[in-house]
Amino acid sequence: MLLIRCPYCEEERPELEFRNAGEAHIARSANIAGESDDDFEKFFFIRSNPKGIIYERWRHMHGCARFFNAVRDTVTDKFVMTYKAGEPKPSKLPGAAK
Amino acid sequence: MAKAAAKKATTVATPSVERRPALIGRSTTAPSVKVEILPPAERISLRAPEASVAALSKALGLTLPKKPKTSALKAGRTALWLGPDEWLVIDEAGNDPLADCTGVSALHSAVGISHRNIAISVAGTGAAATINSGCPQDLSLETFPVGAASRTILGKTEIVLLRTADNAFRVECWRSFSDYVFTFLSEGARDAAV
Repeated sequence: MLLIRCPYCEEERPELEFRNAGEAHIARSANIAGESDDDFEKFFFIRSNPKGIIYERWRHMHGCARFFNAVRDTVTDKFVMTYKAGEPKPSKLPGAAK
Repeated sequence: MAKAAAKKATTVATPSVERRPALIGRSTTAPSVKVEILPPAERISLRAPEASVAALSKALGLTLPKKPKTSALKAGRTALWLGPDEWLVIDEAGNDPLADCTGVSALHSAVGISHRNIAISVAGTGAAATINSGCPQDLSLETFPVGAASRTILGKTEIVLLRTADNAFRVECWRSFSDYVFTFLSEGARDAAV
């Protein structure tokens, strides 16, 4: 079982307590009604789906119930780091080779 | 029809006050652990921002814990940290914490959930093993000491777990899950004995 560090509980907890909540850092337009269909499609449907490092939202559903962000490698399925919701994308990842 | 129902309700007002807690009196005893339904208690679900914590602590008569996975106990009342702005307050002394919060003007949300939850005591040398039959958390005394509290899962259901002593836990679960949780723990107790 994966252990995921919850930044609010400040410890690693079993993955069964968590839920994935899709890609992180997707900002909703302040004027959603004024968006063109193409822009809305990009915001609503298009996700990066990378092979490698991905920034995701996770929720500690059966714990503190808070949403937070996590950096995960989609190849190894390993969590690189987690950080609180609302915090900016980390500029440097711990132990990242590239 | 509604009128008739209302009339009926008023005539039977006194007996309807009687509380019928789920599974009351049930218990299972295994060689190393006893699983037992605890008597009813008063409970609230409390949400409050940082700025309101001091006022609420004063009203409730105990200091709301701010550290993750901790709880505070005073005079039969326990406050369990569930999230950064969320607590479960359980009163076993018969005082209603909801009433204590009504006078607090600081921003908060207190919801009475006395009847939503039931509590199960799991006690004995095999208590941790019993809960670990369906709960993935590390329940060793180093990581889950006495007084530690956490919302987590047991099998398919969500529970709130509180360690009350080295070998004793209080498991809080929703009333509608109580049958499942009690049976699960009873089976776990049997396995823990092996």
